Formats: sequence, C-alpha cells, structure tokens
Amino acid sequence: MKKQNDNKIKKTGLGAKASRRISNAIIYFILIVITIVWLFPFAGILLESFKTETNMQTPYLFPKEFGFDHYVKLFTKTDFLKWFGNTAIMGVATAVLQTVFILSMSYVLSRLRFKGRKGLMNMMLILGMFPGFLTMILIYKVFADAGLTEKMAPLGLIIVYCASSAMGYYVSKGFFDTIPKSLDEAARVDGATRFQVFYKVIMPLSKPIVIYTILMGFMAPWGDFILASYLIHENSQGMNVAVGMYEWLSRTNMNTHYTMFCAAGVIVAIPVVAVFLALQKYYVEGVTGGAVKG
Amino acid sequence: MKRLSDLDYLKLNKWQAFWYKFALFICAIPSAIWKGIKKLGGFFKNCGVAVKDEFVDIGSTFKRGNWAVRLSFFIFGFGNLFYGQIMRGILFLLFEIVFIVYMVLPSGGIYWLAKGNWFKIGSTIGTVQPQKNVYDPITDQYITIWGDDSVKVMLYGLLTFIFIFAFIYTWRLQVKQCRICMDITAKGKKIRSGKEDMKSLLDDQFHKTLLALPLAGILAFTVLPIIYMVLIAFTSYDAAHDGYSNLFSWVGFEHFNELFNFGQGGLGLTFGEILSWTLMWAFFATFTNYFLGMFVAIMINKKGIKIKKFWRTVLVMTIAIPQFVSLLYVSKLFTTSGLIGRALEQIPFIHDWRLANNFVSLWDSPTVAKILLIVINIWIGIPYIMLMATGILMNIPQDLYESAKIDGASSVQQFTKITLPYMLFVTGPYLLTSFVGNLNNFNVIYLLSGGNPIKGTAGGASVGHTDLLITWLFKMTLGSTESKYYMASIIGILVFLVVAILSLIVYNVIPSTRNEEDYK
Repeated sequence: MKKQNDNKIKKTGLGAKASRRISNAIIYFILIVITIVWLFPFAGILLESFKTETNMQTPYLFPKEFGFDHYVKLFTKTDFLKWFGNTAIMGVATAVLQTVFILSMSYVLSRLRFKGRKGLMNMMLILGMFPGFLTMILIYKVFADAGLTEKMAPLGLIIVYCASSAMGYYVSKGFFDTIPKSLDEAARVDGATRFQVFYKVIMPLSKPIVIYTILMGFMAPWGDFILASYLIHENSQGMNVAVGMYEWLSRTNMNTHYTMFCAAGVIVAIPVVAVFLALQKYYVEGVTGGAVKG
Repeated sequence: MKRLSDLDYLKLNKWQAFWYKFALFICAIPSAIWKGIKKLGGFFKNCGVAVKDEFVDIGSTFKRGNWAVRLSFFIFGFGNLFYGQIMRGILFLLFEIVFIVYMVLPSGGIYWLAKGNWFKIGSTIGTVQPQKNVYDPITDQYITIWGDDSVKVMLYGLLTFIFIFAFIYTWRLQVKQCRICMDITAKGKKIRSGKEDMKSLLDDQFHKTLLALPLAGILAFTVLPIIYMVLIAFTSYDAAHDGYSNLFSWVGFEHFNELFNFGQGGLGLTFGEILSWTLMWAFFATFTNYFLGMFVAIMINKKGIKIKKFWRTVLVMTIAIPQFVSLLYVSKLFTTSGLIGRALEQIPFIHDWRLANNFVSLWDSPTVAKILLIVINIWIGIPYIMLMATGILMNIPQDLYESAKIDGASSVQQFTKITLPYMLFVTGPYLLTSFVGNLNNFNVIYLLSGGNPIKGTAGGASVGHTDLLITWLFKMTLGSTESKYYMASIIGILVFLVVAILSLIVYNVIPSTRNEEDYK
C-alpha cells in the first residue's frame, strides 16, 4: 500500500521535474547567449589589441600573430601615459572630495531637521532638471581667465566634478534614512553633541555607503567626455583618456589608430574593472537601495 | 470621465478593463496639471504672506525698539554690540563696510551695473567697443585697443545683484537678531556669547557647518551659471558677437520667435523633429531596458539556476568598463569594415539595400541607425535594471507566491499578478528618473552615432537624424565657428520645461508612496 503511494508521488513529481528541466534548459540557453553577446565586445577589444599585423579593422577576430607592438607604441609614441595619469589623478581627487560633499549633504538632509530643509531639497530637484553642461558656457570663460583650462584642465575638472556633486545626494540619503533614529536619540540623552553623534555613532555604521560614494567618484572621470571636452580644448597635455582616445576613432585617424585604441581601452579598463569588481558588493547595495528608496 | 462602480468594473473583460484604466490615466492628466498650478499658486500666496509678515515685523521692531535697536537699522550689528554679542556685531559691521566700499569703488558694483545696460532691450552689454587696426606710433604697428568684454560685464553685474540681495537679507537678519536680544534681556535671561555660538556650530547648528561647503559649491557652480545661462537666452551672444571682439546686446524675446518660426529660416521644424525623436528615444530606451532587464533578473533568480553569481558578474562588467571604450568599439563593429557589419554584408538582401541607397555603412540610414541605437542601448542598460530588479525581487514576500501556487496560478499569472504590479509600484519614481536620464542621454548617442546621418545645419551646428536635443546643444556650443550660445540656452530652458512638466504630471498621477518619514 505504502509503496503504491510512493510510486504515485514519484510519477507526478517526475512530470513537474521534467517540465522544470525543460524550462531551466531554455533559461540556461538564453543566459549563455546573453553571456556571449555581452562579453563579445570585450573579447574583441582584447584580441584586437594583440594584433601585430595591422592598424586597421580586419574581417577576422583572432590575431594572426600575437604581440605587444601596440602597447609599446602607446607608451612611446603617444601622449597616452599623460592622459592616463591625468585621469587617475582626477579619479582619486574626485573620489575623496566628492565623498566629503555628498556625505555631508545627505547626512544633513536625512538625519537633521531644520528650517528650509524641504526648500533646499526642492531647489536641488529643480536645478537638476536643467541640462547640466550648459553651465560650462560660463565656467569655461571664468576658468580660461583663471588659467584652469587646456594644460591645467585636470585641476579645473576636479573642481567642476566636486563642486556641485552634493546634488547627487539621493542614494546616500536613502542609506542614512534606514539607520534607526533611536540610535541618535540614545546618544543625545547621554549628552553627545550632534557632531559626536555624526562622528562616533553614524559614521562607523556607514562603511557601505562611504565605499559606494568613493567608488562612484573614482569612476566618474574615466568615462566623462562632455565636460572634459569643454575645458581641454584640444590641448593634448591636459586631456583625459576619453577625450584623447575619441580622436583616434575619427574617420581620418581610424585606419592608423584602431588597434591602438583597443590596446589603450584594455589598459584603461584594467584599473576601473579591478576596483569595481573588488567593491561590487557595495555597488549593488547602492543601486538596489537607491532605486527603492529614491 | 464617469467612474464605474466596483461591480461594473468586474464585469469588464480584460481589454475593456485595460482601456478603462488607460482612459482614467489620460483623464487624470488635466487635473494633475491643474493641481500643479494650484500648488504653485499656493506657493506664491504663501510667499506673499511671508513677505507681508516680514514688513509688519520690521515696522513693529522700529516702533517698540530702544535707541540701540533703532540705530542698528543703519549701522549693522550695532544692537548685537550693544547687547554684548561682540563677534556677531563685528561680522555684521564688516559686511556693511565691505558692501559699501565695493559699491562705490571706481571699478566697483555701481560701475559694472551701469556698464551692463540692464533690461534695456537693444543696447549693448558693455559700452566700449574694441578699436581694431589702430596705428600705434611708438611701435609703428597696427594694434587692437580692447574695450569691454560683454561676458565679464554681465557676470560682474549678476554678482553685484546677488551681493545686493545678500545685503538686504543680512540687514533683515541683524535687525531681527537685535530685536530678539532686546526681548531676551527684557525677560531677564542671558544672551548667547560668541564662544557659545561657535560651540553650537557643532551641536544644534551642526547642519550649518556641514552644509557650508556643499552649498557654496552648488551656488557658485550650478545656481550662478544657470541664472547666467537663462539670461543669455535674452541676448545675442554667438560666435560673431563673442563679447570681446564684438559686444553683444540685449534682444528680449526675439530669438524665441526664431525657434518657433516654422517657415523658411526658422528653426521650428528642426526643433520639432529633434524633440519628437528625443521623446521617442527616451520612451523606447526606458521601457525596453526596463522589461528586458526585469526578465533577465527573473531568469537568473529562478530556483534551480546555478552559478547565479557568474551570470550577474558577466552583466556587471558592462557597467565597470568605461562607456566610451565599449560604445566607441561597438559603434565601429557595425560599420562596413567592422566584424558585425561585414557579417551582415554577406546577406544579399542587406547588401543590395545598402547599395541601392548609396549608404557607406549601416549608420548612414536614419531608420537603421535609430534601431541600432535602441538595440545597443539595451546592451548598456540591462545590467543596471537587472541589479535593481534582483534586489526588489528578493523583497517580495515568498508566501504570496506560495498561496498563488496553491490557488493554481500559472507562472505567467504569478508574474502579471504579483511580480509586475509589485515592481511597478516600487520603481515608479525610478522609471521617471530613468526616462529623464534618457532624454539627456548624451553618451550613448554621441559615442555611437554622433547624431549622424547629417540632415542639415540649424542653430549654427550640423544636425543629424539621431541627434537628441542634448547632443544638438553640445554641437551648438562647442566645435563650431558659428556657435549660437543664445539658441543653446533657449533650448536648455525648453528642455527644463519639458522635464519639469513631465515630472509634475507623473508625480501627481502616480499614487505617491514616498512619504519619507514613513520608514524610520
């Protein structure tokens, strides 16, 4: 009797199992296709950078001869090292300063209550609706007079990136909002000043959001094209990687610089990807948290 | 529109219910706009009341104040000094002295304001034109004697206006403080000393300390340039009138007419075309990413799928690699000499079509370029949505699915009845921000197609079929000898209006769930 029952269960179980297997197989198939599609360009860049036989686009993917020619050329015949250095400096400086700006703004808006708080938030919301780079019409003029363009563009760009960065307070405010208010109150009852609450109670709890903000600050200059191209004004000494490498793929330079672009792309990607994958956990927390809490 | 009762609503079939809801949404838009206007009206009314209250308070302060308080109406901080707040008093006094000195200096505030010809339509900004080719007997050469620079004249004028506002505000602030000092002393209580003031900056005034730096940054690098940009829309600032070799002038709304002129020589038609493509792009870019990204997230999170972390990392790689590297590379893949372009060439149909239209590459066809942009944008956008959706999916209470299963719901039903409504509910505000983000998605368009194929020139820059407003703006302000800065700032203002109206509608139509004090 018992055996019969078992059989029955097994039978229905098998049916469900089979259908689940089929659907899983389909999903695996789709995921593998996605993986190929998503990794194809990266594999392409990597492989093309090792092609020694040509500087142009070729109809095949795998190099006929592997070699580091383009990498050598990159560092000896172009200003790439200078661009890379500029961008790295900007990345580090922006990471530090931007974190200070964003964290103070979001902490104040999240955990302190004062007159004009709502007005401040509305003001930043409205300001964010203007196309941001139009501010560069004026900023370029002023910076040109102050000597912060062309050769000195990296310094000017650091100022531009950081000065208004506090307007991007949303994600970290969402984080601070989740820390229970009772912690502050307990500390206040014990006689802590607001500064001590900030410094000794909340900051130690905020490691994830600090790292997230640093990560975002570090990555911003590597991808920025639009603001940088205003201040740099085609001066090779002050370029960041994006502006410098953009020219290599123009119609006139394409046939002599294409593989070099790929080599440079690999070198640019290495530090960013390394930092990013190491801190991926914090990034994911930031994205998911920020989207839900606004 | 007439609302159906619950009973009538349940009688509708699926399509009717959908259209019913859709019609409700459309009908809600006018009232949402009306609500927004009413809110704005209420805001102005409140402002008016506040200003009136201020004046009443100033009057009563002067009436019942003692001589020290009355004197501080003219000498800043006198009341503070009188009541022993030495530090505040000195700071206020210093501010007044600096202001007066700045205004009356030979090249100070009044000088710059006079040069600016503010609000006089038709007159130049700055008064001295540069004199070109003047013979200089000392060096025996022809030189240029530089005059005013309109850009600078306008900037200093604007700064002076801001300084004047600050002056009025500070005057009001110190009058109020003197009155408070008087009231406190009358009650026999002690007034805060300078030392206590400093201490309070780390305690109950801590927000001022923290906000000082970020706010100064925003004021100097966002608020000021944006006000300046808005002003430029009313001038004739372009490459020919660049301010220093040729002054530009106030023109009022003249250039707005140029933009809305749909006939010959006007920009109306181009602007309309670009705006409609921008909206279309934002719509497709947002929703294709949203649904496909959610789909991918559900697949990865499905029970029984292994190495979840691997699939996620593969997708996250796209976020990590700087966009200009991957996008520029991908755009070249689709040219005729690129790998994918070449592969597509092998298909006779595509090859013939290309030759028949004289296209050098796929990017030369407006329609194909637009489709390519949307498809490649999926490649860029899915990872973000996937990450976000993963977080949200994990938050959906599992017992909802359990009970649905017991009731015999299929997995499709589970998706449409549980997952989708939950996602839409939670990510409503996110959809809006990402729509706005796509309206201004400079990187994807500029790096992939550069706005090409070109269809003509407008506003002193070449315009392509795939140009968004934002890339058109960029071309207008950079890299052209015919830059029309005034047109760029007019379009900037219009972009702002589009975004603001959209946000206003969406926030009033979507049931707002975001009361920020809720989750504490």
